Amino acid sequence: MDTILATEDLTKEFLGFTAVSGVSLNVRRGSIHGLIGPNGAGKTTCFNLLTKFLQPTRGSIRFDGRDITGMKPAEVARLGLVRSFQISAVFPHLTVLENVRVALQRARGRSFDFWRSDKVLGQYDARARALLEDVGLHTHAHLLAGELPYGRKRALEIATTLALDPVMMLLDEPTAGMTHEDVDRIVALVRRVAQGRTVLMVEHNLRVVEGLCDTITVLTRGRVLAEGDYAGVSRNPEVVAAYLGTDPAISGAQAHG
Amino acid sequence: MAVQASALVGAPVNDAPGLLGLSGFGFNRAQSITFLVMLLLVVAGPFFLYPVLLMKLLCFALFACAFNLLIGYVGLLSFGHAMFFGTGGYLAAHAAKVWGLTPELAILVGTAFGAALGAVAGWIAIRRQGIYFAMITLALAQMVYFFYLQAPFTGGEDGIQRVPRGALFGLIDLRADMALYWVVAVIFLAGFLFISRVVHSPFGQVLKAIRENEPRAISLGYRVDDYKLLAFTLSAALAALAGSAKAIVFGIATLTDVYWTMSGEVVLMTLLGGLGTVFGPVAGAAVIVLMQNQLAELGAWVTVIQGIIFVVCVLLFRAGIMGELGRLLKVRL
Repeated sequence: MDTILATEDLTKEFLGFTAVSGVSLNVRRGSIHGLIGPNGAGKTTCFNLLTKFLQPTRGSIRFDGRDITGMKPAEVARLGLVRSFQISAVFPHLTVLENVRVALQRARGRSFDFWRSDKVLGQYDARARALLEDVGLHTHAHLLAGELPYGRKRALEIATTLALDPVMMLLDEPTAGMTHEDVDRIVALVRRVAQGRTVLMVEHNLRVVEGLCDTITVLTRGRVLAEGDYAGVSRNPEVVAAYLGTDPAISGAQAHG
Repeated sequence: MAVQASALVGAPVNDAPGLLGLSGFGFNRAQSITFLVMLLLVVAGPFFLYPVLLMKLLCFALFACAFNLLIGYVGLLSFGHAMFFGTGGYLAAHAAKVWGLTPELAILVGTAFGAALGAVAGWIAIRRQGIYFAMITLALAQMVYFFYLQAPFTGGEDGIQRVPRGALFGLIDLRADMALYWVVAVIFLAGFLFISRVVHSPFGQVLKAIRENEPRAISLGYRVDDYKLLAFTLSAALAALAGSAKAIVFGIATLTDVYWTMSGEVVLMTLLGGLGTVFGPVAGAAVIVLMQNQLAELGAWVTVIQGIIFVVCVLLFRAGIMGELGRLLKVRL
């Protein structure tokens, strides 16, 4: 098995509170890996550790054969491990097109050119439009990103991330707070962009997880409770116990699965 | 199409493209017109007002624009920008007087030292944000102030006096106020346009992204500190350019220009004119310099009046002169 991202004994303590405790995670190259668990299980902390927005108290992280434990977040992104955020991360006062262009600019250069007119960024327009078309936003290119409806912001975020052509994408709750219609669109989008990449996603909507993820890791109280495919994990009595009462969806899934 | 976009948030702003190729500096139509008005005032000014007063005004306007580049477009409040303004002044004065350089080279020396100091001070300060950033810049500026107070070449309390204006490129005698005025006017306009270009450059676009959402910029792989440092250094260099020009104009470099009150004054000018607006710092500098000139006989009361203006501005006209004017006319200025 070809592992692209591996953590060993990953631990994060905040002033006596252990948010993530001894997590050893292995993400297979080319897979869509789901990270689920009740609220406060440490999923987002885990994401922040993996992308170096937080420094782990203990443990190590390897990405694509390289130890990234001591790296800075921007360096990790440059290696091709690019994250999204739980609260939609767009640049609200930039247009939709400019949002994508900012990412292209980083990947392709010119980001320090202070003496040139920003009209030279027009050279990235064609690529930016193609990426927007990919996520169905090409007709919105000239709107300010802050004016997009929520679901479209998530799509824009994915287009911006794709502009970097990342090896691996980390998506933090890509369908949170979305209408059914938007959820379906994002699921289709994630499945499409996952071609040739690895995706690790935190997701609350278990129907999405069931439909998308090859492997699922269940976290509770900062620890790995179970790991496997959806069918296996959802039959695990410990998982059911952890979820029961907090999220009826999994017990429902358990009943018909 | 940008008009359409803004219309959706209910704040219709006329963002028609700029005139006469000024859109290359990111100017919309209203800004192009304002620029032409400003150009007219700069050209016609010395025929109506004392040129030395106007040169002082232009130097402070450029200083305020340099400061605005940092606070208005990067969101960093420096409370020590006098260290660059003063450094420009001291080094330009020293270069012109002791080394005997021509004025354009002396100004270049002042600007270069200001940029170098900016790179060092910025490297230390940008690691912190908000009030801590402001305090670090203030502390560094105080250190620089005491350096100039003690350093042998600065003349201590007396400053460097009787700095010759010299001849531009060794050819054009600048002793006449009108001759020097055009040099200062060109420096101001070039500096002003340069700042507009920086703001509307590929680099400026990254700065905007960082200001809008820094964690997202980092997650896209931007080493944001490098961009902040470059912006800080550019701002410092331009502040030093303004200080250098002022030293040549008045023929002196003194501790006043490097003291913390000067850092405060540039904050006041920028706030009064409109933080983050293109023309605000110029308007704010004009108001303060002309007011100081008109009220000079009132002595220390000028400071009191400035304080009152500051309070009124913060309480009632948060957006400053150009910000409020722009809101009234529904344009960005």
